[in-house]
Amino acid sequence: METSHRTLLAKLLAMAVAMFLFAIFVLPPLYDLFCEITGIGGRTDGVYEAVEVRVDTSRQVEVQFVAANNAQMPWEFYPMEHRVVVHPGESRAVNFFAHNTTGEDMVAQAIPNVLPNNAADYFLKTACFCFDNQPLAAGEQAELGLVFILDPDLPDNVNTVTLSYTLFDITDRAAVAIAQQ
Amino acid sequence: MAHGPATLADGWVKYASRWIFTTNHKDIGTLYLWFSFAMFILGGAFAMIIRAELFQPGMQLIEPEFFNQMTTMHGLVMVFGAIMPAFVGLANWLIPMMIGAPDMALPRMNNLSFWILPFAFAILVATLFMEGGGPNFGWTFYAPLSTTYAPDTVNYFIFGVHIMGASSIMGSINIIATVMNMRAPGMTYMKMPLFVWTWLITAFLLVAVMPVLAGAVTMMLMDINFGTSFFDAAGGGDPVLFQHVFWFFGHPEVYIIILPAFGVVSQIIPTFSRKPLFGYSSMVYATASIAFMSFIVWAHHMFTVGMPIAGELYFMYATMLIAVPTGVKVFNWITTMYKGALTYETPMLFSIAFVILFTFGGFTGLMLSIAAADMQYHDTYFVVAHFHYVMVAGAVFSGTAAVYYWLPKWCGKMYDETMGKVQFWIAFIGFNIAFMPQHFLGLAGMPRRYADYGLQFADWNMVSSIGAFMYGAAQILFLFNVIRTITHGKPVNDPQVWEGAEGLEWTVDTPAPYHTFEKPPEVK
Repeated sequence: METSHRTLLAKLLAMAVAMFLFAIFVLPPLYDLFCEITGIGGRTDGVYEAVEVRVDTSRQVEVQFVAANNAQMPWEFYPMEHRVVVHPGESRAVNFFAHNTTGEDMVAQAIPNVLPNNAADYFLKTACFCFDNQPLAAGEQAELGLVFILDPDLPDNVNTVTLSYTLFDITDRAAVAIAQQ
Repeated sequence: MAHGPATLADGWVKYASRWIFTTNHKDIGTLYLWFSFAMFILGGAFAMIIRAELFQPGMQLIEPEFFNQMTTMHGLVMVFGAIMPAFVGLANWLIPMMIGAPDMALPRMNNLSFWILPFAFAILVATLFMEGGGPNFGWTFYAPLSTTYAPDTVNYFIFGVHIMGASSIMGSINIIATVMNMRAPGMTYMKMPLFVWTWLITAFLLVAVMPVLAGAVTMMLMDINFGTSFFDAAGGGDPVLFQHVFWFFGHPEVYIIILPAFGVVSQIIPTFSRKPLFGYSSMVYATASIAFMSFIVWAHHMFTVGMPIAGELYFMYATMLIAVPTGVKVFNWITTMYKGALTYETPMLFSIAFVILFTFGGFTGLMLSIAAADMQYHDTYFVVAHFHYVMVAGAVFSGTAAVYYWLPKWCGKMYDETMGKVQFWIAFIGFNIAFMPQHFLGLAGMPRRYADYGLQFADWNMVSSIGAFMYGAAQILFLFNVIRTITHGKPVNDPQVWEGAEGLEWTVDTPAPYHTFEKPPEVK
């Protein structure tokens, strides 16, 4: 093979490999970062350390809770309060009810989502059952706690925030994780 | 010349070995073209099953699960098995002859890149006979349909996609190396025929995005088998990420399909207009800008996923911008024909139909690019009609034109002009009967990819099916005409073949000898 072919071949192969690595190792983190910055997808951040903030008593925001089961998830799962009205800056605790209705021990994971999208960055959670996975033995029931604060900087046009949780069955995945430890 | 190619007279072992071990660009081009035609017939058969089921409302012939496999396989086989290999075949045959090179730059890789393809499609098609059936999640294989809810055979599908991706990447590297390193003295970049230019740009697109497709299916593979959660919300992933990765590949892919088609008609229209191509350099720049823009518009396929308004607007305007270089091309083709001494041989008929119907498909594309209106059109038959106008009337018509145009040069025999024209009119009319009504169905709200539909859609679906059967019949005539040309065609000895044709491939003997340009030609 001529040298000119060989160098070109090496460059083009390197380009192909780079694009493959780009797709797997760059695009997904880039997407996550983009969603975090823009709040697309209604993702909420991790644990929030509460700081002293002024409670904006002049403003009331309704927070609605929605609970859903992912397909194939048999648990009973619902919010114990469907809506609360809070002042921005005020800390509030609510509970969700979960009941493993099956005859087997299971592990669940709740994935939160906030609407409207531009409220996601202002929905701060100081404690949430969604930070951990939730093991429940066969037939066991539990009240799952959530403590949240709405950031006083919440955009003015937001009067209602909806927080939804989708509960996923991650028993298999958790079993693998335990086996690996 | 050391030796000629083995023929059947040398015994079938030698004859088969010639094709299996060949490193000749003409042999490999022929293999690609026959393979793609076989896949075209197979994908067409799947389409016939779809249209037969949709002939009337209600379930008549097949199970809904099988219908889903048919829509998926039709798309995959046509895109990756028929259209892409057809253009790689044309590239193999024509690029060395057009730039005055003796062969492709990397002949053994050329052999490999073809011969892994039949295995990829054997694996893919074999899934139809396995337990659980073949892929049933649409050719776009969105997660979680293709991960959590996929049949077990999805692993074969992933493996097949990996192989065809490797084949495309090797084929493209070969084309780039040939064009960049092996042009005859004097053949500068801006003297290259437009078909070579469009393929050079296409090849770069392929090297850039086929690995992204490989990445997407690799992430699927890991989600399905190794417990990762790239696309699984339960583990912190996001199914929408799949759509972004897929369309980051998928949008350049549609230009990969259409750019070589642009190149083909840019060769054919000047020949039968007996005028040089109008605006050669603007054609080159338009092709390059379309290729560049294909990387920055992907999310117009997913306006309904809940993007922020700024994103919708950006992708909408960027998409509309592509109409500008595309418009330049259409303008140039029409201006080439303007005041030309036109004759209407079969390749020219297909090329003119290409310009008209592709432009029509481009306009429906503009309609779809309007983010607000797309909310209504999304995933309806309007989209199906749109992309068949650009892919069938675009890529397939131009491929047919290319075969008729260069067939006399390849085999030294003239095809039957009457049969070619009959095929053209059946294909043209059948195509429009099949796909024009799908616009109406889509606007009326008929969703794509369903095995059944409401009664209000009944009449136009029947019309559409009749057109599809007509279009299918035209392809049988095509096959017959090509085989008949090879066996019984009238011999052509004039190197020129077409009076108005220009380019180095028309300076070699007809039929093209097994080895051409062993000494590079002088290009002035």
